[in-house]
Amino acid sequence: MTPTANISTLNRLDPGDCGTILALDAGEELYQRLVALGLRIGNSVRMLRRARFGGPLHIRVGTTELMLRVREARCIRIAHDTATDPSV
Amino acid sequence: MIGMPNTGKSTLFNRLTGAHAKVGNWPGLTVDLLSARLIIGDQVIQLVDLPGIYDLNGYSEDEKVVTTFLAQNHIDLALVVLNASQIDRQLALLGQIMRLGLPIVLVLNMVDEAAALGITIDAGGLSAKLGIPVCLLSAKYGQGVEQLQPVMRGVLGKKPTARATGVGAVSLDERQLEACVKSCVSVPAQASHALTEKIDRILLHPWLGLPIFFGVMFLLFEVVFVLGKPIQDAMAWGFTAVRSEALEPALAGLPIVLKGLMLDGVYNGLSTVASFVPIIVLFFLCMGIVEDAGYLSRAAFLMDALMARFGLDGRSFVMVLMGFGCNVPALMGTRVIRSRGLRLLTMLVIPLSLCSARMQVFVFFIAALFSAEAAPLVLFSLYVMSILTAMLTSLLFKRRYINTDPFVLEMPPYRFPTLRQIILRGWHEVGHFMRRATRFIVAGVVLVWLLTNFPQGATPGGVDTWAGQIGALLNPVLSPLGIDPKLTIALIFGFVAKEIVIGSLAVIYNMEGSALVSTIAHQIDWIQAYSFMLFTLIYTPCLSTIATIRTESKSKAFSALAIVWPLGLAWIVSFLFYQIARHLAA
Ligand SMILES: Nc1nc2c(ncn2[C@@H]2O[C@H](COP(=O)(O)OP(=O)(O)OP(=O)(O)O)[C@@H](O)[C@H]2O)c(=O)[nH]1
Ligand SMILES: [Mg+2]
Repeated sequence: MTPTANISTLNRLDPGDCGTILALDAGEELYQRLVALGLRIGNSVRMLRRARFGGPLHIRVGTTELMLRVREARCIRIAHDTATDPSV
Repeated sequence: MIGMPNTGKSTLFNRLTGAHAKVGNWPGLTVDLLSARLIIGDQVIQLVDLPGIYDLNGYSEDEKVVTTFLAQNHIDLALVVLNASQIDRQLALLGQIMRLGLPIVLVLNMVDEAAALGITIDAGGLSAKLGIPVCLLSAKYGQGVEQLQPVMRGVLGKKPTARATGVGAVSLDERQLEACVKSCVSVPAQASHALTEKIDRILLHPWLGLPIFFGVMFLLFEVVFVLGKPIQDAMAWGFTAVRSEALEPALAGLPIVLKGLMLDGVYNGLSTVASFVPIIVLFFLCMGIVEDAGYLSRAAFLMDALMARFGLDGRSFVMVLMGFGCNVPALMGTRVIRSRGLRLLTMLVIPLSLCSARMQVFVFFIAALFSAEAAPLVLFSLYVMSILTAMLTSLLFKRRYINTDPFVLEMPPYRFPTLRQIILRGWHEVGHFMRRATRFIVAGVVLVWLLTNFPQGATPGGVDTWAGQIGALLNPVLSPLGIDPKLTIALIFGFVAKEIVIGSLAVIYNMEGSALVSTIAHQIDWIQAYSFMLFTLIYTPCLSTIATIRTESKSKAFSALAIVWPLGLAWIVSFLFYQIARHLAA
């Protein structure tokens, strides 16, 4: 299983897909909050669903589930794992 | 007691001290300090439940409460409460607290959930590595809680000098902490809450999610109405019986004025309000279940896109929902919002949220003037109006109060409240209601009685009483809304607390129970009643709400706006409704 790493941002993930966090392009305040919620470099995130009408994204990092707006998700650079885990 | 939001600090606090701190599955429920005494060994200690905190360098108001507290108080022991199943990310906070050099006991709460996820934690190993005691427990179900007291006693029993130097706690940096977690905690590769995932698939469904949400809310009000109304009727009947069977004979010897004050003033007013207690309790039980289950976060998720158009976010919507209980905690709940613009805008819309005190007034009028089938729908329409006026307000003011807050929120797993939690909650609300009753309602109804029975010689409740004069004075303003002078008096007292409205009506009409209901049904029609309800819904919030707005916003100008704007809006809405409905009906 060698995922063809494909650099992108979190908001581009499709529901069910996973990615690994590469960088957080956020200001100090937001950076701290993201880290405290488990969005750290190297962690793997899974997109669970997107709300309608451009609403927030529902993601999972480790055992924590979060929602965040697309604007915030754009700050999170990830490597898209194209080989999606079959065990969704 | 310190830890990240929603880790169960308040639950543990309640378990240890027998206090009634509010518990709910929503990160940021506790936003203020709450303390209680606790006896450990031979010492009496003050245990303080702090708001949840993500970071010791946090910027929001609730986090500042914590940092100020830490800076200003001498702390003998920090109980650091973390969620055992999220230990990987939460341990960083422990690291920060350890750097403060306080004696620490680490509590890993929610072991029941961690076990269900297949997470195993080696408490002994972790304790040895960190150099502090570690307790694995479940505050909600009580397992493991008994080990906490001896551990606390152990740490508190040490000599203060030994404590000041930080006991044996080693200062660890991020990397070392991570290594500790790796060696002592094992998390299965696929750890997720299966049940939560299943429920979310339905409740957060792209198309069905919102309709289901409104359906659930409608069902909640329907349940409150259908179950609560008969109980309330029975209570009202009971109070009338007590009056005619016991009180009237007992007080027969008293002077007429005193008897009038006691029976027509205090007793009628209070008993009418008290008959609503079951409905209020029922309402809070239902809201409590919704809140504790974790549906609020889902509501935030579902509504955020819409709220964004109105300059608000999902959290603002949750605060409006919380305001359905009481506006005061909802206003305080806005402390989790860091952007001042968003916080003020949210505080401006919360008072429009239909709180349980206003619900009493509505249940009363709806039962008097609408058929049993229409009643729940009418009540629901007022909740819809409440949300619509909130949205209109934010639309008008969103350019003044600009939202710059990022929106990143935890979505906790569904948790089902235990019977114990539900009962505690209901009991707590009764207590809250009783305190308000003794503070405001008694004084309010006595004052109303004086106004409607004096000056001497005036016909009670007539136009020549003080109340009648005030009513006449305001008549030109309120008669275009269909609100008569008697209702006007009730509205004036509603400024103080909405609970008084019903109580004062009982005093003004000099009746209680079913007699009061049928008299009102004869004197006004449904259009007037609905207009009155709209006005009551929107106009100036109660005194406690205003006081909270003042302290939370720290701005006189903003507080003034929060009083004047709803008053104007109430007039306009009721005016439009009343005039249009009259023309259509004619
Ligand atoms: N499964 C489980 N749930 C728990 C446990 N302890 C608390 N909870 C639930 O977790 C949720 C949060 O509990 P609170 O006590 O309000 O958490 P808190 O840390 O005070 O939260 P904030 O005030 O927001 O910081 C509630 O729904 C509790 O019922 C536990 O040991 N196991
Ligand atoms: Mg709490």
